[in-house]
Amino acid sequence: MSELMSDREIDRSKMHVGSEVAIQIANMNKWYGSFHVLRDINLTVHEGERIVIAGPSGSGKSTLIRCINRLEEHQSGDIVVDGIELTNDLKNIDKIRSEVGMCFQHFNLFPHLTILENCTLAPIWVRKTPKKEAEEIAMHFLEKVKIPEQADKYPGQLSGGQQQRVAIARSLCMKPRIMLFDEPTSALDPEMIKEVLDTMIELAEEGMTMLCVTHEMGFARQVANRVIFMDQGQIVEQNEPEEFFNNPKSERTQLFLSQILGH
Amino acid sequence: MADQDNNSIAFVATEVIPESPPPARETGVVKWLRENLFSSVTNTILTVLALALIYLVLKSTMPWILNGLWTTSSLAECREILDGTTGACFSVLTERWNQLIYGFKYPVEEYWRPNLAFLLMLVAIAPVLFFDLPRKLLIVTALFPFVAFWLIWGGTILAPLIALIGFIVAGAFFQKFGRNNFALGFFGAIVIALAIWSIGGSMIPEGASENALLPAVPSRDLGGFMLNMMLGLTCVSLSVPLGIALALGRQSNMPLIKGICVVFIEFVRGVPLITLLFVASVMLSYFFPPDATVDLFLRVVIMITLFSAAYIAEVVRGGLAALPKGQYEAADSLGLDYPQAMRLIILPQALKISIPGIVNVAVGLFKDTTLVSVISMFDLVGMIRGPILASTEWNGVYWELFGFAAALFFVVCYGISQYSQWLERKLHKGH
Repeated sequence: MSELMSDREIDRSKMHVGSEVAIQIANMNKWYGSFHVLRDINLTVHEGERIVIAGPSGSGKSTLIRCINRLEEHQSGDIVVDGIELTNDLKNIDKIRSEVGMCFQHFNLFPHLTILENCTLAPIWVRKTPKKEAEEIAMHFLEKVKIPEQADKYPGQLSGGQQQRVAIARSLCMKPRIMLFDEPTSALDPEMIKEVLDTMIELAEEGMTMLCVTHEMGFARQVANRVIFMDQGQIVEQNEPEEFFNNPKSERTQLFLSQILGH
Repeated sequence: MADQDNNSIAFVATEVIPESPPPARETGVVKWLRENLFSSVTNTILTVLALALIYLVLKSTMPWILNGLWTTSSLAECREILDGTTGACFSVLTERWNQLIYGFKYPVEEYWRPNLAFLLMLVAIAPVLFFDLPRKLLIVTALFPFVAFWLIWGGTILAPLIALIGFIVAGAFFQKFGRNNFALGFFGAIVIALAIWSIGGSMIPEGASENALLPAVPSRDLGGFMLNMMLGLTCVSLSVPLGIALALGRQSNMPLIKGICVVFIEFVRGVPLITLLFVASVMLSYFFPPDATVDLFLRVVIMITLFSAAYIAEVVRGGLAALPKGQYEAADSLGLDYPQAMRLIILPQALKISIPGIVNVAVGLFKDTTLVSVISMFDLVGMIRGPILASTEWNGVYWELFGFAAALFFVVCYGISQYSQWLERKLHKGH
C-alpha cells in the first residue's frame, strides 16, 4: 500500500505539534445496549497532531471518532473538544460540530444540491457568512481539492474520488480546527484512493489537526505523528509510526500488522 | 485474423475502430406498428380484439353524444324532439350551468366574485407549482387566502384584515425570536396571533357586514363545483404542512410529542371520513358552548384536513425512512441545528420521494369532497342529487349529469397527476 504514496515528497515545514490541547478524552466508556463498545478510553490530542487510528473491524475506532462530534453519545467519562465539554447541551454540541469537520466513508454529500451549494450551505446557515463570500471560500477550497470545474454539477454526476474530495472541501469551508476522517478511502476504487490521500496529505502539510480511521498504512507511515491501535473497544497500543510498524509491542498489534502488511 | 489462426491468445488492437451509424431499418409509423402492435401472433390477436372493443364502445356512445340536444328547457321537451332516436339531453347542463358551478343560492349578480377568486387562485398557485417563476409572485400567494375569503363570503373587510394582521405580527415575532429559541418563537407566535384575533374580533362593530362593499354571503349559500374546489384547495394546502409536522413529530425523540402524533395518526386512519363528516355536521356542536356558531364550512374543512393530514404524515414518514442515515449525520456534523437540517437537507429529499404518495392523497381528498353531499351541503354531486334531479323539468337525467361531474373531476385530477410526473422529472438530479 505504501507504493501509492512514494511519488510524493512530503513538506514537513508546517507539520509540528503544538502544546495546546485540541481534544481531551478521559475515562470514556460507551455501550450499545449491553455491549461495551468503548472501554476506558484516554486520549489527548494536541494542536497540529496527525493521528491514525487502526484496528480490526468492530474494534470501535469509528465509534470513537464519532463520539468526538457527538454523532454517538458516550455514557461515562469526559470529552473536551477545543475547550468545550461535550454534554447534552445542544448549543455546545452545535458549537463543537461547527469547529470539527468530518468526512465519511460514503461521502454523504447532499444529492439534491450542487457541489457549490453543498460547500456553501453550512457557512451561510451556521456561520451566517454572506452568500457571495461563502461562494468565494467554497471556490477556494474546491480549487484546493482540484475540482473547481465541477462546481455546478450534482454529486451524482461525480466519481467516488471526486465526491470524497468535495466532502473534504465541504468540511474545510467551515474553517474547522480539527478534521475527523472515518475510513475516507474504504469505499473507493484503487485508482481513486490516491487522489483523496493526496488531498489529505496536503491538509496535513498545512498543519491541520487530524484524526483518521483508515487502513492506509502507507499514509500512516508517511503523515501520522502517532498511530493508535484499537481492539475490542480498547486502545491497545500507541506509538510513533516508525516504532509502531517496525517494533510493535503487543501481540495483538503484531498479529494485525502481519495480517494487513503480510501480502 | 492471422493471429487467431495460429491459436495464439496474444492480441493487440492496431487501430481504433471508427464510429458507424446503426444498421438502416425501415423507420417511422410502419416500424412502430410492427414492433408495438403486431410483433407476435398473440400480440396481433390482442390488437384486433382491442380495436373491436374500441369500435363497439364508440359505436354505442357516439350517436348518443353527437345527437345530443343542448337547448331544450326540460327533459320532456328533449324527449319529444328526439322522438325515440338515441341522443343525450345535454341541455340540462346548459340550463342548470350556474347551479352546477355555484350552487342554487349564491346571488347571481355576485358570480363575478368567485370568478375573480378563481382567476386569482391561478396566479397564486403558479409560483408554488413552478419554481422558475419570479419569487415575488409569492406575495400574491400569501395574500390570496384573505382576498379570496373576502371575495367569496363578502361582508366586512375587517375580518380578513385582522386575520392577516395576526399572521403578519406572529410571523414577525417568530422571525425575531425563533432564530435563537425555536420553542419560544413558535409558541409565542401562536399566543400573539390568537390574542390579536380575539381582540380584533371583538372590536368589529355589530352589523359591520350589513352595508359592506361586498354583500355578505353565508356559508350555507355556497355550492356546486365551486364548493368542491374551495374545499379541495383549502384542505390540501392545510393538510400538507400539518402532515409534514405530524411525520416529524412521529420521529421525535420526545416521548410526549411522539405519542400524541402516533395516537392521532392511528386514530384518524382508523375512522372513515364519512363518520368524521357526520361528527362535523351534527355532533361537534355538542362540544361548543350553546351560543357558539362555528361555521359548517369551517367544521368540514377541519375534519377533511385532519383526515388527509394523517395519510400525508404516513406518506412523508415513508420518505423520511427512505433517506440514508448518512444524510442526517452529514447535516449534524456540519453544525446545522434541527430546523435547519430538516428544512435544507432532509425534507427536500424526503418530500421528493413522497411526491407520488402526496399527490395520491391530494387526488383522493379532492374526490372525497363530494362526500359532503351526504351531510346536506350542496356541492356538485349534492346539487345533482338534490335540486336538479328533484326538479320536475329534469327528473330522470342521470347519465348526462353524472358524466359531466365525472368529466370535471377527471380534468382536475388528471391535471394534478400530470403535474406531479413533470415535477418528479424536474427534480431528478441523476442519482
